Order: sequence, then C-alpha cells, then structure tokens
Amino acid sequence: MSIAEYLQYGFIQRAIAAGAFISLLCSTLGVLLVLRRLSLIGDGLAHVTFGSVALGLLFGTYPVYVSLPVVMASSVGILKLMERARIFGDAAIGILSALGIAGGVMIASIAGGFNIDLFSYLFGNILSISVEEVYTSVILSLIVLVVIVFNYHDIFSITFDEEFAKAGGINTQKLNTMIVLFTSITVVLTMKVVGIMLTSALLIFPAVTAFQIAGSFKYSLMAAGAVSLASVMLGIMLSLFFNLPTGATIVLANAFFLTTAFIFKRVRSRGRT
Amino acid sequence: MPEQIISSDSLSYRYNSVEVLSNISFDVEEGDYIGLVGPNGSGKSTLIRLILGLLSPASGGIRLFGHPTLEMKCRERIGYLPQKMNFFNPFFPSTVREVVSLGLMSGKKFPKRLETGDNKAIDDALDMLGIAHLRGKAIGDLSGGQQQRVFIARAIVNMPDLLLLDEPTTALDPETRDNFFKLMKRLNREKGVTIVLVTHDTGSIGKYASKLLYIDKEIIFFGGFDEFCMSGDMTAFFGPSSQHLICHRHDHSLLALKAKPKDE
Repeated sequence: MSIAEYLQYGFIQRAIAAGAFISLLCSTLGVLLVLRRLSLIGDGLAHVTFGSVALGLLFGTYPVYVSLPVVMASSVGILKLMERARIFGDAAIGILSALGIAGGVMIASIAGGFNIDLFSYLFGNILSISVEEVYTSVILSLIVLVVIVFNYHDIFSITFDEEFAKAGGINTQKLNTMIVLFTSITVVLTMKVVGIMLTSALLIFPAVTAFQIAGSFKYSLMAAGAVSLASVMLGIMLSLFFNLPTGATIVLANAFFLTTAFIFKRVRSRGRT
Repeated sequence: MPEQIISSDSLSYRYNSVEVLSNISFDVEEGDYIGLVGPNGSGKSTLIRLILGLLSPASGGIRLFGHPTLEMKCRERIGYLPQKMNFFNPFFPSTVREVVSLGLMSGKKFPKRLETGDNKAIDDALDMLGIAHLRGKAIGDLSGGQQQRVFIARAIVNMPDLLLLDEPTTALDPETRDNFFKLMKRLNREKGVTIVLVTHDTGSIGKYASKLLYIDKEIIFFGGFDEFCMSGDMTAFFGPSSQHLICHRHDHSLLALKAKPKDE
C-alpha cells in the first residue's frame, strides 16, 4: 500500500492532525524546559499521569479529563516545592513522580480489572485517537502555541536570565506557572501519542537535536519544531509500513535525527578547524 | 534641583534569621557615580538586589525615582548587570544580538516586538563596547571577557537613567577594564547616567567614581573621595593598602584633571 492510499483512512488522518500539533507543542516546551534544566519534569508529570489515568478508570471517567486537572495541580506543586520549600528541581520532580506511580499502582491494585486499559496508556497508540481527542489536542495546542508566540520575548528573557527578567519588571512567577501548566497539558496530550513511558522523549529529543544545529534561540525553536514534526510523521509512516509499535517508532525516529544532527555538528566543527 | 534616584531609609535584610544588612540609609542623586565596595559577604549584591526589588527588606524601605521599589513601574529607566557566574548557561543557544535585545524589552507594551529603531540601539551598544563584529555569534562561543562585554551592552542598550552593575569588570583584561571605566565615566558625565557599581577594583573606583559607599553589613563610609581621603586612618575597615590605593588613584586623577586646562 502506498502513502497516498494510507492517507485515505480516517484514523491515519486523525493521527497526522493530532500528531502535528502535539509535536510542535512538545518541541516548543521542550526547548524551554531543557534550557532551564527541567528536562525531567515531563517524565515526572507523566508518572503522575499514570496515577490520574488509574483514577479516571476507577471512576469510569474519560482519563484525559481526570488527568488534566490532576497533572496541572501536580506541576504547580513541583514549582512551589522548588520556590518555597527550596528543594532542588530534580528532587521536587522525583517526589511527585514517585507519588504518581505509587498512587496509580495502589488504585490499580485496589480496583483490579482495568490493568489492560491502564497498560494501553503506558505505551499509547496515536493510530487509535478519536475525533474528540483530535479536537482536544488541536485546540489546546493552538491555545498554548499562540500564548507562547505572544509572550516570546518575556519567555526568552526568563529562560536566559530570570534575575535580569525580574529586574526588568517581567512577572517571572506568572510565566513560570504558565510554563509548567502548559507542560502538564502537553504531557497529558502526548500520552496518547507515545504513551506515558515515552512522553519525556518527545520533550527532550527535538530540543537537544535543535541545539546541535541552531545558534540562536529563535532558530532553536524552529529547528526543534521541524525535527519533532518530521519524527512524528516518519514514526507514524514507518510503523504502518513495517507493522511496528507507533510510539516506540516515533522515539527511534527522534533518536535518528539527534544522531544525524550530532554527526553534522562534528563534521562542521572539524571543517572549521 | 537634581532628581533623587535612590533613597534608602534604615534598610535591613535578614536571610534565615541572619542579619545580612543593618540600618542602611543613603541617598543617590541624579548624576552620582557611586563605587559600592566592601569585603566578600558584606552585602553588596544583596543591597543591589534590594534596590531592584528582587528581595524584600526585613525592615526599613527603599525608594527608586521617588516610588517604593516594589511598586516601581518604569523599569526601562534601569540598566542592570547581575554577577555573571550566578546565572549564565554557556550552552544557551543565543546570538549576541538576541542577548542584547533583552535589555530593550522592559519598556515595551504587550505584545512585545523589536522595532526598526531597536536594531540601531543594539548596534550602538555593541559599538560602544567594541564588539559590533560579534553580533551574529553564539554567546557560548565567546570568551569570558567578550561575554561580559555583551552583558554590559545589554545593561546600557536602553540608555537607562540608572545603571546598577554588580562586579562588571570580572573576567575583563586590564585594557578592556580601563576602556569600560572610561565608557562609564562618559555615560555619567555626558549622558547624566547615574551609576552604582559594585567592585573590588578600589584603584579604578578611586580614579573614576564620584562617591564611595563602603559597607560591611552596615555603612562604614558614604561620601565623596576628598572627604574619604581626609578622614584619617581607616585601615581597620579597609585593610592596610585599600585606602592608600583609592586615595592615591583619586589624587592622581584630580591632578590630571587640574593639569588638563593648562595643557590645552
């Protein structure tokens, strides 16, 4: 079957539409998180998502609707632990992450019977995304991306030098809260694309790849977006052609682009010397 | 009548119940060039951060341009250079131009955008620091001294009324350091920029600044250099060589200034 023939199917069209927006969302936030040395916040929040999905399944509610408020509250909790309790970011993430996993396991153990559903969220499958989920992904992604574009200079400022930004009158607390809330929305949406276990890959890989080839903040965001989009599309297509798990294929496509960018950087720097 | 730029009234600050600054009162007027000196841990950077409203005082208050510092809105009137090592990630993917442009953002309304005139302001600031040729370079590819000059350009790009500089000459070689002090003097004399500069370079401060603010948790000395140099032996506070160094360079500078009209 050719690509054109695959594209006739509604489930593939839905996967591509949702994948495109979520990939751009992940890459944008990934650049901000990696530069602020908060790469693993995605991993931590994904673990919280595990607990909240279990909660949703326990009450028979659509898991995304339970996960969004729970994960958003957890992300603010991480921020408060860092700011007020003066706990290092990685330790704060570790605390919430462990609580998320422990909560999920506890709920699954007490309730029983929905372990298969829970495991389907662990590894995700973008090819099974519903029309409703596509709309949710596209609308939330658009809102987040538009807000980031309109606050680009302030976000760049706090990412580069928070103290200078604050001295210049930028409300750094508001922006920091906004970024972690956007990260929690992204993590919940990404759960359907690559699953809870691989969510952080979509945040980290495109950003790190972009840093190998881009010399400016603006081009880093653009390069990360391009790499993320290409990885998701390539991953979906390869998984269809070779009957591979889509989430894992998307992550491996990301790894391919990172390796290529790394080699390109090495060759370019040797050429200069 | 010159505008009151900073007014500190019985300012104290505690960190984890340890008193870092105690009963600090001083006024800075428009056109002042203050050298803020003191030993390590004396509270110099804390005082700068209190002036900027980045920290809240335990008691007392501080006013900036006549407003309580925490309520001060016109942030574009301030240029700030933080201590470098505290914040900089050398792997940050950003060009010199992008970094300097951050200094222009405090005066802009939402949604903030760079305008045509801003490019000229960035070029002018880079020119003043002698690094115009680096504008397209990644900040991480520069040497420590070049990076420091980029951050100084970011502080002055907006042509602020008040410059707060926390150890700006760290990592600068002697020639660049001298050029930096000359630039600050020019901004102070010609553009009327008020400067508060934290430094351990007491010799240069004696030569270029108009007033000295020496703190060690409290104010040890605040005033002009003539007053300072005539204030007798202060080696208990300044160490055996600092007072001599400050006064020697200051006298030398005064002699040079006095000699200038005769030469012309």
